[in-house]
Amino acid sequence: MNMEIRQYTALEIGGLIREKKISSPEVTRAFLDAAKADFVKASDDETKINAYASLNEETAMAQAEAVQARIDKGEFLSPVAGVPIAIKDNICTTEGTTTASSKILTGFQAPYDAGVIEKLRAAGLVFLGKANMDEFAMGGSTETSYLGITRNPWDLSRVPGGSSGGSAAAVAAEFAPFALGSDTGGSIRQPAAFCNLTGMKPTYGSVSRYGLLAYGSSLDQIGPLAKDAKDAAVLLSIISGKDERDSTSVAEEPFRFCDVLYPEKGDDLSPVPPRRNPLAGKRIGIPSNYFEIPGLSSQEIARVFGGGSTAYLHICKARQKFEELGATVEEFELPLIQYAVPTYLIIACAEASSNLSRYDGVKYGYRSPDAKDIHDIYYKTRSEGFGTEVKRRIILGSFVLSSGYFDAYYKKALQVRGLIREAFDKALSAYDIILAPVCPTVAYEIGGQIKDPLAMYLGDIYTTSVNLTGHPAVAVPCGFGEGGMPEGMQLIGRAWEDGLLLDVAARYQEITDVHKQRAAESTANQATKGGAGR
Amino acid sequence: MKIDDRLIEYLADLSRLELGPEEKDARKKDLEDILSYMEKLNELDTQGLPEMTHPFDKANRFREDEILNGDRTEELLSNAPDRKGAYFRVPRTVEE
Repeated sequence: MNMEIRQYTALEIGGLIREKKISSPEVTRAFLDAAKADFVKASDDETKINAYASLNEETAMAQAEAVQARIDKGEFLSPVAGVPIAIKDNICTTEGTTTASSKILTGFQAPYDAGVIEKLRAAGLVFLGKANMDEFAMGGSTETSYLGITRNPWDLSRVPGGSSGGSAAAVAAEFAPFALGSDTGGSIRQPAAFCNLTGMKPTYGSVSRYGLLAYGSSLDQIGPLAKDAKDAAVLLSIISGKDERDSTSVAEEPFRFCDVLYPEKGDDLSPVPPRRNPLAGKRIGIPSNYFEIPGLSSQEIARVFGGGSTAYLHICKARQKFEELGATVEEFELPLIQYAVPTYLIIACAEASSNLSRYDGVKYGYRSPDAKDIHDIYYKTRSEGFGTEVKRRIILGSFVLSSGYFDAYYKKALQVRGLIREAFDKALSAYDIILAPVCPTVAYEIGGQIKDPLAMYLGDIYTTSVNLTGHPAVAVPCGFGEGGMPEGMQLIGRAWEDGLLLDVAARYQEITDVHKQRAAESTANQATKGGAGR
Repeated sequence: MKIDDRLIEYLADLSRLELGPEEKDARKKDLEDILSYMEKLNELDTQGLPEMTHPFDKANRFREDEILNGDRTEELLSNAPDRKGAYFRVPRTVEE
């Protein structure tokens, strides 16, 4: 059991722990050992996945022992009590460090738990460590991390996506059964698509951001990355709900949609198939123009779409499945997509330049050893402590907020944001769900886009819109494209209908097996072909 | 638009960043590229449209201003790069 426990889903592991077939410490040990074997590899080792920014071995084992003792006494904490989890390094935990993979937060030990961490703790989850990420969640490849790049377990020469690339790689490499990420412009959904996982950005306001290191506050949401929709649902049901300490937390009650995963009373907690067909009578719209992108020059399209995406093909196959399950699917035009990325960039960078002003070398983290006076403390600390991408976005944010440019850029973006929301609201009054690609390409080679920031930003073209509008969206594996790499589709729904999206994803995964393909087999194949990563 | 030295230096200053000569040129180029891409938004007529600052129109949530935490000075200061007793320590900011 110990050998293969890492292959199970979080809900399966939770069930095995309840049935006393395995204990939380045994499960935790299995994941820690696998994660540690990778973590201790040299930073220039090309077989190192580097999913974790830090591992918290001792506290994880102590947590597992404590949770097991409660389970042994017959306490029921949640369907995933005793199951370990990886936490993105921008979410505060009192265990270990929280650095957002930035030099400027080197050694920072959070004095409090994030709201989501309190909830996970109460549900009996065990924190393995902090997952690597793009510095301050700024990037789409985990290459901007101060702690080194993370490699994609499906192909070690490629990026895992980002910014929650460490969370995605940890789950895909089976260094954790599931993980928390954060999504400001696609940072959960894109790495989920790149690593064949189910990842969700929930409705804005449904999950507390108390203790999340802020990037773009009107866009950020914490959400799950998991092996399937049921695991994502159980995790979201635990972390959602009101938190007085986050003024944008508007959910009154936690999501209860994992009612479909197990019966209401909680007396029989084994996962069961949804009791009703969530697709019966539902209307699904596919924005056909998402596959053409009017308004983007052929040069811009070539820059991003060079990878030859087969997403459309896979989405057509998924469409057939949804139709078989009773949904009506049609194509329609969802306008304004070509404006989503510039609008997002302006707003995200403006908010980032403000949010990151707190890193000043005084209160926590890094201070430049050369700082001689107060001017130096700010300027030298920030110049040495932030990486290139972070500086780029802070400067851009300073520009769009500065006197003389504010109206032309920032105000304009806020107005376009309203237009984009209107377009989505209109589409979602005609359709229950919008079915779209997650990314224009599969995971690309390490170093492939990092030198071309604009290409990197354009990679977010399908994901940023719902951060601007607040709608929920789940990324679901739908097939394999160039180089055998995973591709994802996105189900976008009305605000607070997160449950429908996960029900539909769970139903789809019951009759398909794309999400069951594991990276382990893929990398094993590579190894027999003569060395990992080519 | 063209970003000259004066503007990039002004932005670096607003951002509390020092940019070396090479970094300055690199950031100028990035900014020019990105801004020219952002100008795409000018294709849309947004005259008189409301500004959407937040995904939902809900009003702010208010709560009573009660002290819920105790004295956590030690925990909070333990992360400070430099401290003296119960204070953050920084170099002298006012000349004698």
